[in-house]
Amino acid sequence: MFHDFTAQFWANTIDGVTVGSIYALVALGYTMVYGVLRLINFAHSEIFMIGTFGSLAVIQFVGFTGPYGGFALVGVLLLCLAGAMAASGGAAVVLERVAYRPLRKKGASRLAALISAIGASLFLQELFATVIIPKFFAPGRGRDMVGFTPPGEEQVRIMDKEVLFSIGSGDVRNDKLLIVVAALLMMVVLQMFVTRSKLGRGIRATAQDPETAVLLGVNIDRIVMTTFLIGGVMAGAAGFFFLIFYEVTNYFIGFILGIKAFTAAVLGGIGNIKGALLGGFTLGLVENYGASIFGSQWKDVIAFTILVVILMFRPSGILGESLQRARA
Amino acid sequence: MSAKARLGGLRDAAAVPGEKLRDWWDTAPKGARWAVYGLLFVGALLLPWSGLAPIMSPDAKWSSILFYPIGIYVLLAIGLNIVVGYAGLLDLGYVAFWAVGAYSMAVLGAYYHWSFWEILPIGIAMAAISGVILGAPTLRLRGDYLAIVTLGFGEIIRKFAENSDYLRENRGIDNVPRPPDMSEAEIGGVQILEYGVRDARPYYYLLVVLIAVVIIMVKRLENSRVGRSWAAIREDEDAAELMGVPTFKFKLLAFGLGAAVGGAAGVLWASKTTFVAPDSFPFILSATILAAVVLGGSGNLVGVIVGAFLVAWLPERFRGAEEYRELIFGAAIVLMMIWRPEGLIPSRRRKAELKDGGGGSGHLGAEVAEVSK
Amino acid sequence: MKRVPPTMRLLALLGAASLALTACGGDGGEAGGEIKLAFIGAQTGPNAQLGINISNGVELAIEQYNATNPDKKVVLTKYDTKGEPSVAPGQADKLIEDEPVAIIGPAFSGESKAVAPKFEEAQIPNISPSATSTALAANGWKYWHRIITNDDSQGAEDAKAIVSQLKAKKIFLVDDNEEYSIGLAGKFLEALKAEGITPGSDKINPDDTDYSSTINKIKAADPEVVFFAGYYAAGGKLLKQMRDGGVDALFFSDDGALDQGLIDTAGAKQAEGSIISCACQSVNPTADNPKVQEFIDAYKKKFNVDQGTYSAEGYDATNVFLDAIKAGNDTTEKINEYLKTVDVQGVSKPIKFEANGEIADKSIFYFQVKDGKLEFLGDATKIPTS
Repeated sequence: MFHDFTAQFWANTIDGVTVGSIYALVALGYTMVYGVLRLINFAHSEIFMIGTFGSLAVIQFVGFTGPYGGFALVGVLLLCLAGAMAASGGAAVVLERVAYRPLRKKGASRLAALISAIGASLFLQELFATVIIPKFFAPGRGRDMVGFTPPGEEQVRIMDKEVLFSIGSGDVRNDKLLIVVAALLMMVVLQMFVTRSKLGRGIRATAQDPETAVLLGVNIDRIVMTTFLIGGVMAGAAGFFFLIFYEVTNYFIGFILGIKAFTAAVLGGIGNIKGALLGGFTLGLVENYGASIFGSQWKDVIAFTILVVILMFRPSGILGESLQRARA
Repeated sequence: MSAKARLGGLRDAAAVPGEKLRDWWDTAPKGARWAVYGLLFVGALLLPWSGLAPIMSPDAKWSSILFYPIGIYVLLAIGLNIVVGYAGLLDLGYVAFWAVGAYSMAVLGAYYHWSFWEILPIGIAMAAISGVILGAPTLRLRGDYLAIVTLGFGEIIRKFAENSDYLRENRGIDNVPRPPDMSEAEIGGVQILEYGVRDARPYYYLLVVLIAVVIIMVKRLENSRVGRSWAAIREDEDAAELMGVPTFKFKLLAFGLGAAVGGAAGVLWASKTTFVAPDSFPFILSATILAAVVLGGSGNLVGVIVGAFLVAWLPERFRGAEEYRELIFGAAIVLMMIWRPEGLIPSRRRKAELKDGGGGSGHLGAEVAEVSK
Repeated sequence: MKRVPPTMRLLALLGAASLALTACGGDGGEAGGEIKLAFIGAQTGPNAQLGINISNGVELAIEQYNATNPDKKVVLTKYDTKGEPSVAPGQADKLIEDEPVAIIGPAFSGESKAVAPKFEEAQIPNISPSATSTALAANGWKYWHRIITNDDSQGAEDAKAIVSQLKAKKIFLVDDNEEYSIGLAGKFLEALKAEGITPGSDKINPDDTDYSSTINKIKAADPEVVFFAGYYAAGGKLLKQMRDGGVDALFFSDDGALDQGLIDTAGAKQAEGSIISCACQSVNPTADNPKVQEFIDAYKKKFNVDQGTYSAEGYDATNVFLDAIKAGNDTTEKINEYLKTVDVQGVSKPIKFEANGEIADKSIFYFQVKDGKLEFLGDATKIPTS
């Protein structure tokens, strides 16, 4: 058991960081919405799922037949990324408008909002399962995983997966490196946006003290919308990376990944952008190390146990809650 | 009082049908109340009547679906209502306690050959204990964190069962014993106390009795010091604590009781289905029961029962729309939360709380809404 | 709560009305002279595809039978269990109430455990096309049958093929933790240990997408053969990630993975050369059996998709019942007696039942992925050794 852990340490480290980057990007959406509205946006996992289909739509619509290399690859990747971000960002804004804003205007309870979120999550999953996937992506194949090409056709790949270099037992592959670097880059840009721009200041002000923020002329609706948009765009990016990495998707992929991303957000300190990154990496690593020791079937149990334990003993997370004041 | 306000008041009264009825009920003499309770109980026992089947359930055996999903959902909703409706705690992993009850029945029954009646109290106790074990460290958390912890717990229980060799992983435990036959007595062509393979009605009657017992217990609690403490916690936990209500103790009590009811439902269900596997306890079921509670009217027993009945029955009744039923269900939850967050038949007290306090879990951007008006 | 009395009255009224209605239409049903068959299994829910594959096979068989203008036409009613043991009883009770003469199903092992006792008590013969759990046959049921071998025989055969035909020493076992896979993996492991080989092993969660920790385990073990016990959905993802992770070991799997979906998910290049075993030869038009190609064509024509896993079993099971009906057996008891005498060549395999309901033919066949398609090889000796 522990021999497995040491022998596969580097391989699991690399994979843990890669998966952790995806967790971190999704976690941002939970963290920012929670920071501003103190709402667990339960449907955020579906926003991520929609992102994977945004990319897939671009691939199928344009009819990419890859694998590409060089500048062509960069162009294709950017186009797919844009597709995912547009789909997720749009869906997040619509979600806010339809499922949350009316409740917010009524001053409904947070319990009601959370339940509305669960309803929205269910609705979006089933919308894809029963309407969108069979109609546009995979006709006639029931609820199987959806690949780049419709079932029965030759599978294409956007990029060939090549090992760039190795660290111990672990191979650093081009797609893994891309995901980690791009995710880090996006986090930095987001952090700068929140700390430097006017909208970012508005978000922080609202998170800290909504009443004063409103008195000082912050447009709450706009802030909330922007927050959802940013969270959605980041989840879209995560969806794109997910699709490039695994090359399959389906309507249910968001559920487990969403809970894990939420765990990452809580782990790092909800409301805290750096915390999301730290939480994502930590969770990805612990999960993979744990799997190498206990067996891969325990992966989810490990993640959920971390969630429960963290919430029990240190609900403010590793870095504490910083987008907002801590609330008991 | 301005004319506008009076108009608003009038509209409110008209908007809630049966408001007068509820006024009558609140002041009704004890005898009349008992008569109604008795009629309801008899009505519930008469429900499996086959004459109703063509209307109520053309596609599945009516008496069967009365037991599961309808009856079981009702019992689970009553149990979850103690946690969500009375104490104002959000539990997203309630199905875990149902699973604990079901697995207690399966393990003790199929492995150790205990009888249903011996296992029932043990299953209830096991569920209650797991509720307390989970609740003790987590109930100090704020509402939505508690929701996520319970969700995590629900998934851990299911995943544990999936991977535990002792619980036979995804193969599940089969040959779970049925309740022993008690008598060959026959009423109206039904052997009401014989728990066989084909007739679901005896199980249903047993379930109705169980539900009645739980309702009596819950009603008594609601109108006691415990119920008032729950209401106080729900409305303002800090104030309740200051007034000397041991809030933690009462929250734990609610959690444990809710879990116990879930456990009871699990034992009975396992004994009827005779096969228990992890697949039967997905997250979506926790969400469904919660939706039943909230749609029906969190905190109000009648509302919760009606909610659970509708949530369980409608998809069975309209099996034609099967494929889209969860789609419709999801949309219905969102719309309901927007238009009538207090539920179909709300608890009056809860409704008042929701109007001015958020009912224990705080407002969604409350501060914002107040100021931007 | 006071509202209830009027409601009760309404219910009573409705009930009386419906009673009157049913009384009117009481004896109209017999006149048509139809014979009822039932299918019970998943039509919706996450595992619906397998159930639909079967029910399509059933429908095809019945359509062909009715096209021969028999004295009494056969009608089919489908009971959707969603594949869930807790939903199945309500459907099974309804089925029994409708009194069909025979049942195709239940499709999955879990729901079989929950409802087969009901059919036993109701004395309705049933043939499952797809429930492979070994434990099912041990219940002493008289009306229960299956047209597929159990997990035990396949796991042992596969282990033998890998050890004696492929001469592999380093083997890695992965299962997807489904009820079917656990039994199969267990038997496979037992058979390997009897040969003195202890394989490395891991379990994956079929709903997961990330199998990196499993891939890392496989990589560290550096096996010659990776045996996967499970269904094609998880298998396809695993296979793709294995190849991307640089594992070249031969991918060896079972009939849960015998589906074009495996290749669609993994990619043709990644799946190339993989060996898949099945207690069937259903997608094998080269077999000495013209009925196979006819079935494949007819299925494609009717449903506009290729036949899938267990379609042929569903078709065969139905035809067994139809043969019984054709021979003049129109009661459940007669049909159940007839099943004891069945000995025919079906589309999927030769059909003959043992006393406990198991199918007699337990031979295992092998398929290989070539150019993105599943190709029939034959028995274990036909597996290429290179």
